Amino acid sequence: MSNDGFDRFKGSSDYVTSRPLRSAVNVSITLQRPLLIRGEPGTGKTLLAHSIAKGLKKKLIIWNIKSTTKAQEGLYVYDTVQRLNDSRFGDRDVSDIKQYIKLGKLGQAFASPEQIVLLIDEVDKADIEFPNDLLNELDEMSFYIPETNETISAIHRPIAVITSNAEKELPDAFLRRCIFHYIEFPDAKLMEEIVKVHFPDIKNNLLQEALRTFYSLRQIDQFRKKPSTSELIDWIRALIAGGLAEEKISSEIPFIGTLLKKEPDYNYFVKTRMSRSGDYDTRR
Amino acid sequence: MFTDFFYTLRKRKVPVSVTEWMTLMEALNGNCITNLDEFYYLARAILVKSEAHYDHYDVAFQEYFKGIEGPADISEQILEWLKDPINRMTLTEAERALFDNMDLDELIKELEKRLKEQTEQHDGGDYWIGRGGSSPFGHSGYNPAGIRIGGQSGGRHAIQVAQERRFRNYRSDLTLDVRQIKMALRGLRELNRIGPEDELDLEKTIQATCKNAGDIEFVWTRSRKNAVKVLLLMDVGGSMQPFAQLCSLLFSAAHSSSHFKDFQYFYFHNCIYDSLYRDIERREAISTEHLLRTLEPDYKVVLVGDASMAVQELTERYGAIYYYERNDTPGIIWLKRIADHFTHSVWLNPETQNSWNHPTVQMTGKLFPMFELTLDGLGQAAKKLVVKK
Repeated sequence: MSNDGFDRFKGSSDYVTSRPLRSAVNVSITLQRPLLIRGEPGTGKTLLAHSIAKGLKKKLIIWNIKSTTKAQEGLYVYDTVQRLNDSRFGDRDVSDIKQYIKLGKLGQAFASPEQIVLLIDEVDKADIEFPNDLLNELDEMSFYIPETNETISAIHRPIAVITSNAEKELPDAFLRRCIFHYIEFPDAKLMEEIVKVHFPDIKNNLLQEALRTFYSLRQIDQFRKKPSTSELIDWIRALIAGGLAEEKISSEIPFIGTLLKKEPDYNYFVKTRMSRSGDYDTRR
Repeated sequence: MFTDFFYTLRKRKVPVSVTEWMTLMEALNGNCITNLDEFYYLARAILVKSEAHYDHYDVAFQEYFKGIEGPADISEQILEWLKDPINRMTLTEAERALFDNMDLDELIKELEKRLKEQTEQHDGGDYWIGRGGSSPFGHSGYNPAGIRIGGQSGGRHAIQVAQERRFRNYRSDLTLDVRQIKMALRGLRELNRIGPEDELDLEKTIQATCKNAGDIEFVWTRSRKNAVKVLLLMDVGGSMQPFAQLCSLLFSAAHSSSHFKDFQYFYFHNCIYDSLYRDIERREAISTEHLLRTLEPDYKVVLVGDASMAVQELTERYGAIYYYERNDTPGIIWLKRIADHFTHSVWLNPETQNSWNHPTVQMTGKLFPMFELTLDGLGQAAKKLVVKK
């Protein structure tokens, strides 16, 4: 293992990282282990993989996990039904099994002639056993296709990024093989940088006003879902487009719908607001 | 290298395995890091696999590396702080005057002297370096000429990061919220094939198709669904008042968990006697006997309560604290009947385990496997509820 690869990832122009996160990414690249990322929704877990791919100028393959996803699908799919169908109507040469083997996302990542970034998004959406089924494949970065007696092994071990929302506990054996990082909610200073990346020429007082309002909203514990980074970005975009006066931001909080996504939260907000300033215009 | 750190981590309940430790050694061999700060993040990324353990890690790190960060490092930080004129601007006029009264060299010499004399972390007091207090050194202090060490001053060092213990709130043995409880309750599942036949059974389809001389014949099967039925019995008596919030969290989590086949809940006060109640105010009663008759034994029973009461309330006839309850059968018998009728039952106790030596808690603990009402306890309880007997 060489050291020259270590400080490779430094973030990219459109994604601001913290030092611990950069460190975790670089460890995972150097040790060639999958990087498991956890954190509140909207803290940029998925975007991290995009940023790594961009920063290192590598291709990105995304494998979106759903509740029905099986580990096997990531490796390859043997389209038996198609073959059966073809055998009935004699369209194709059914003795050539290869044409019915379709590589999944993981298989594509292994077979790629250059090193790529592989994002396994929301791994915890799938069945509890799902990560266990991938243990060996992620370890060895290779798998065997019995139908064609072929072994697909990674030409270059992909940089694997796995995100999780902690909806399910991940198995210990799986965790042991990963590098783990928990993305904390960014503090105001980091958030300022993040916003500036998205809106390079935002007016400073607009930014300060928006951030102050945003963090004061986040302090309300009664909310079921506190607004997060992506909501803040949307909100600021709306604020800029709306072109409202800055001093109105904290007093009126326009476009509140971009920040609060749940009806009870919205109702709670309107109610407390009403009780504070009795003559608040609800039509707004 | 650092083998003691490995054991310190394990002592502090960070579940580190040898595999992970070897990975860390591999990383260290690769000269990836140059100082303690980098080591802090590197080791955390490799060894700790859940934000729930970040706090344990911080504690262990603090314990092991305390004193590693030499005084020179800190005074360097102070020197830098002092060099920057902007920092001086943050002081008020009066403070600055005071500050100038003290000779800089003198200040630093004094600091180094005290750093050497000082052997442990110190909060409060007016001499040692630490937090609070009125010594000129440390942070959150009163001395106007004081120098802030650590605290808010930009350059954060690993030990200080560890000292902050920002991840305390993520500890799984402490916090519970609805979502987390739901997660723990997900462990409660037994997959059975029920419902409409809507899943293609490939094996059997191939089999049938072969038998059918190659003409495709589809075979469908039922999909797997959770068959767990849950009965929740909650103590809402006076001594449970402090835990009302916690219990309501558990309730809302269980109630909104859509993956149970059936979910029933009843309330009781202190102990279960002849009747259970559908509402907290105990207006709508249902006899415990009726419940035992109508509910099949395969309901998973979760009892929530502190189980601490006067001994006679549990063991005597007419022991109920409310005189109108007039129970012919002692509470303990009722509990025993419940434990016997249902194949799987657990007791969740919101009190911490070290206060379970109360006699009635002990007695209940003999009837039901008792767990703490924490995430860990809930997880264990869920496991207990699905094991085959």
